[in-house]
Amino acid sequence: MSEIKSYRASFLILIALLIACFLINISLGSVSISTNEIINSLFGLSDNYIIQNYRLPKAITAILVGSGLGISGLLMQTLFRNPLAGPFVLGISSGASLGVAIVILGAGVFGGAFTTLLISKWSIVIAASLGSFLVLLAVLAVSTKVRDTMAILIIGLMFGSITAAIVSVLSYFSSAEQLQQYIFWGFGSLGNLSWNELFVFFSIYLLGLLMSIVSIKALNTLLLGENYAKSLGLNINKSRLIIIIATSLLAGTITAFAGPIAFIGLAIPHIVRQVFTTSNHKILLPAIILLGAIVMLICDSIAQLPTSDYTLPINAITSLIGAPVVIWLLVRKRKMMF
Amino acid sequence: MSNKNLHSILKTEDLTIGYKSKNSKTVIASYINIDLHAGELIGLVGANGIGKSTLLRTLTQVQDTIGGKIILNDKNLSEIQPLELAKNLSLVLTEQIVSKNLTVFELVALGRQPYTNWIGNLSKHDIDIIENSLMQTNIIELKHRKCFELSDGQLQKVMIARALAQDTNVIILDEPTTHLDMYHKAYILKLLQKLVKETGKTILFSSHEIDLAIQLCDKMIVMTKDCVVSDMPCNLIQKGTFNELFPKDLIAFDEKTGSFRVNK
Repeated sequence: MSEIKSYRASFLILIALLIACFLINISLGSVSISTNEIINSLFGLSDNYIIQNYRLPKAITAILVGSGLGISGLLMQTLFRNPLAGPFVLGISSGASLGVAIVILGAGVFGGAFTTLLISKWSIVIAASLGSFLVLLAVLAVSTKVRDTMAILIIGLMFGSITAAIVSVLSYFSSAEQLQQYIFWGFGSLGNLSWNELFVFFSIYLLGLLMSIVSIKALNTLLLGENYAKSLGLNINKSRLIIIIATSLLAGTITAFAGPIAFIGLAIPHIVRQVFTTSNHKILLPAIILLGAIVMLICDSIAQLPTSDYTLPINAITSLIGAPVVIWLLVRKRKMMF
Repeated sequence: MSNKNLHSILKTEDLTIGYKSKNSKTVIASYINIDLHAGELIGLVGANGIGKSTLLRTLTQVQDTIGGKIILNDKNLSEIQPLELAKNLSLVLTEQIVSKNLTVFELVALGRQPYTNWIGNLSKHDIDIIENSLMQTNIIELKHRKCFELSDGQLQKVMIARALAQDTNVIILDEPTTHLDMYHKAYILKLLQKLVKETGKTILFSSHEIDLAIQLCDKMIVMTKDCVVSDMPCNLIQKGTFNELFPKDLIAFDEKTGSFRVNK
């Protein structure tokens, strides 16, 4: 890990920032809780209901969502050799939207009794997972036939368009109330996850993370292009499959539990490349995990509008905060790193 | 060394190259018999579209043979596993690398991938080989530069260093001199000649620089419409093989100077 040593200072700063953002995130909210109380509660010295059952799960969710989306964005950008790729290029979020749309909006089309029973937290999670999984299966099935990685990218986008069209048709036949519920899902939400749900989320996240770590060497080789990678003995098809599955596990679960969160997956890898000025995935991956978590915690802290009872849609905040940062970085450096 | 020179490294036996699809075969060239030895620099020349790239792609297992055999280090090429092949054969392609955000050192280090562990950590031995490759290609001072800062000529040297770091006994280069000015064309081919002498590797490259190749190569493979001939450049000149390379209406091969002249 000699490469990491030369970036030690940057990593230490990121870790310190992560801890600071985590503590700030937990201390903010509609009810003010003293610093002592927070620290005691985090170390299990006292039981604070709000922290243990609301703020801590939400902060952990933010960390998982931010880092997971960052990783899957990085995987897709390298695999598709395209700086515009993000975690959702394979149609994962549109697949999830379709699943959720069928559950929420389906009532208008398929009749009432069917849905009133179904709309619970878990049914939305399952519908989103199923939806993204099915779209992904379709993309994977095609990708084993098509050898060209760029074609897979386009096919993923096409599947996205098809599902988006079906969602539009479904919304046309839906009531205002259902539409509102669907739109609220689309805003994204980091809260409301129970410890049980968080456990499921974390297990799948861990699996995706492990697969990404295993792919680091392949990702670095892919920086040369597929033909060079092949000449270096890399099994392209196997590596591509692992990378695609890792992305879908990460982005799929995140979308299922927190909604389609925009921007983070596309932007975090770019910010890290600009700041660390490297394309070595051994550096990028840990840096993206840290920065993704930090940015998501900051966005969440802003979204819950400190000292107010309102919570803004997290999806709007991520773009409002993140887009100017990326523009500023690109203008300042005048060169896109890839 | 002389004993080793006789040993053939890359050899084809009645090789037929071309494209296979479900219903049909397109044969591009057949009965190709070449025999490349250790410590030889071999130039592959031929007109555009004659099948130079197809031959190189077939020799590097990128595409399948239509008939005949390719033998690399006494093994049938089709039986060599990808990782094993990567330790025997390295490539310099015409295509651009995807990310030029890598430093020269990082890029050359990727040549060690077939030897490194699951996460690609470099050992002391790997680093020595990388440094050595940078030295042999005279780019040690570029070590920490980013690839996007380099000129075409410098980048080509880096790609050759990467192939050297792969530590194979055969290196195949597809048109390494395109996009380079006259000086750098000669420089790159001269560098290849030096590497062959210093390392005893077998280096095969395709090129349109026929006159340079005649001066520098130990052996040349000439692809014409009718046949594929391989021999020493002087023998090829005597046999008049170069006259068959192109249609005779515009240019003709001058045997005295070893280069082509425009018909007046």
